[in-house]
Amino acid sequence: MPVAASRKPQSAGQLALIAAAFVLAVLTLLVPLVLIFTFALREGIGAYMANILQPTTLHAIMLTVVTAVVVVPINVAVGVSLAWLVARFQFRGRGILVTIIELPASVSPIVAGVVYLFLYGAQGLLGPFLQSAGVQIMFTPLAIILVSLFVTAPFAARSLLPLMQQQGTEDEEVALSLGASGWQMFWHVTLPNIRWALLYGAVLTNARVMGEFGAVSVVSGSIRGQTNTLPLQITQLFNDFNIAGAFAAASTLALIAVVTLVVKAVLESGQRA
Amino acid sequence: MRPRTPHLLPGFGLTMGVSLFYLTLIIVLPLVAMLLKVGGMGWEEFWRIVSSNRAMAAYRVTFSSAFIATIINGVMGLLLAWVLTRYTFPGRRLLDALVDLPFALPTAVAGLVLVTLFAENGWYGTVLAPLGISVNYTQLGIIIAMSFTSIPFVVRTVQPVLEEQEAELDEVAQLLGANRWQVFSRIIWPSIQPAFLAGCVLSFSRSLGEFGAVVFIAGNLPGLTEVVSLLIFIRLEEYSYEGAAALAFVLLVVAFITLLVTNALTAWQVRYAGRS
Repeated sequence: MPVAASRKPQSAGQLALIAAAFVLAVLTLLVPLVLIFTFALREGIGAYMANILQPTTLHAIMLTVVTAVVVVPINVAVGVSLAWLVARFQFRGRGILVTIIELPASVSPIVAGVVYLFLYGAQGLLGPFLQSAGVQIMFTPLAIILVSLFVTAPFAARSLLPLMQQQGTEDEEVALSLGASGWQMFWHVTLPNIRWALLYGAVLTNARVMGEFGAVSVVSGSIRGQTNTLPLQITQLFNDFNIAGAFAAASTLALIAVVTLVVKAVLESGQRA
Repeated sequence: MRPRTPHLLPGFGLTMGVSLFYLTLIIVLPLVAMLLKVGGMGWEEFWRIVSSNRAMAAYRVTFSSAFIATIINGVMGLLLAWVLTRYTFPGRRLLDALVDLPFALPTAVAGLVLVTLFAENGWYGTVLAPLGISVNYTQLGIIIAMSFTSIPFVVRTVQPVLEEQEAELDEVAQLLGANRWQVFSRIIWPSIQPAFLAGCVLSFSRSLGEFGAVVFIAGNLPGLTEVVSLLIFIRLEEYSYEGAAALAFVLLVVAFITLLVTNALTAWQVRYAGRS
C-alpha cells in the first residue's frame, strides 16, 4: 500500500494545524472519557464497588454479557458467510444483498425497535399467533437478543469485505488445486488470512451489542432486575438522581470501549509492520 | 478489475443459503411487518400523522440540528484526517485511536457524559454559563450530542484517500510554482471530494437517527427540542402504534435514500481513483 510520506511539521502554520487538532480531540474526546472514570471513582473505590455490586446493576451486567455471548458468535459467523458470498462471487441481486446488509447500520435504533415490535408484539404480524401459542417474545431477554442481532448484523461483514476483496482468490485457488477440500481451504487458508479483521469485527460487534440503547429500550420493557441491559440501567439510575451509580455502571461500558480502541490500534499497527 | 472464477471456488450454495435465510429472518421479515402495518392504515391516516404540527416541528429540529452537526464534523473531520495523514508528531497514534471513541462508546454513556459536562456546575458548563450560553435542554445540546456521536465518519472516509495520495504530488506542484491554496483546491480537494461527501452523508444520516445521546441532553420539549426518534418513542409509550409506525416509516425512507447516496458517492470515489 503506498502510504504518503508523512513529514515532520516545519512551518508555524503546520504546527498550528496539529495544535488545533489536538485541542479539539482533547476537548471533544479525551475529556469525556476522563470524566466517566473521575465521576465513577469520586467517592472512592469502596463506594464504586458497592455501586457495581448493587443487585439491579449486577443483573444488568449479567444480562448484557449474556446477550453479547449469544449475539456476537452468530453475527460473526454470518458475517463470514456474507463476506465470502459477496467478495468471491458475482450473481444477480448482489447489489440488493449488500444494501440490505447495510440497512440496519443506517436506520435509527428506534426504528429497529419499532420494526421488531410490529413483528412479535401483540399488535404485530406474528403477535396474535404467538399469543395463542402461549409464546411471549416482546419484553423478554429473547427480544433483546433478536433486536441486537438486527442492529449489529452489518459489522462483521463490513470489516471483512474490503480485506477479502483486496486479497483476491489466489491463495484459495492454490489450496484447491493442491487437492484441499472446501472446508480444508476455509480452515487453513481463508480463516488465517482474515483472522485479524475477523477479530476486529467481533470486538466492534461486541461493543455495539453491549451499548445498544434505542432499539433495546423499545423491545425490552425496561423492567429493573429483569430486562434492563446496562445502557437502560444507566438511564434509570440517572433519572433517579443516583449519579455515582450511573457513572459506575457507565464505567464498565467505557472500559469495554477503551479495550475496543486498543485492540483496533494494535491490529492496525500489526498490519502495517 | 480482477477476473473472477466463480465455478472454481466452493461454498456458493452454502453461503447463499445461510445469508438469505439469516437476512430474511432478522432484517427483511421485521421490515415487511412494519410496512404491512403502515400499508394497512390508509393514505389519509398516514398523511395526517406524518404532517401533524408536532411531527413537522420534530422534523425541523432533527434535520436542522443534523445539518449543523454535519458541517461541524465536516470541518473537524477534514482537519483531523489531514493532520493524521500528513505529519508525524508525538501522540499521533493516540490521536488516531481516540477518533473512534464515539463508535465504541455506547450512546447512553455519551449522553450521560455530555449532560454532566454541560450542566451549569459541570466542567464545561461553568465556563459557558457566565457567557450566557446554555447547552443542556436546548437545541445546541442536540447539535453537540449529534456531532459527538458522528465525529469518526468524515475522518475515516477521507483518511484512506489522503493516505493513498502521494505527498510528493503536493511538493512537485509547489516546486512548479503553485501556492498552498492552489495545491489544495486543484489537486487535493478534487480527489477527496467524493469521500468527503460520503462521510458527510453518513454523519448526517447517523445524526438523524441518534437517540441515546440526544434524549439525555435535549430536555425533550415538544416543538422545541423533540427529535423524530424521540417522538416515535413517546407515541409507543402512549400506545399509539399507528403514530409510531408512520413516523418510523419516514425515518426508514430517509435512511434508505442516504444509503443510496452514499453508495453512489463511494462508486464515484472508486472511479476517480481508477482514473488517476
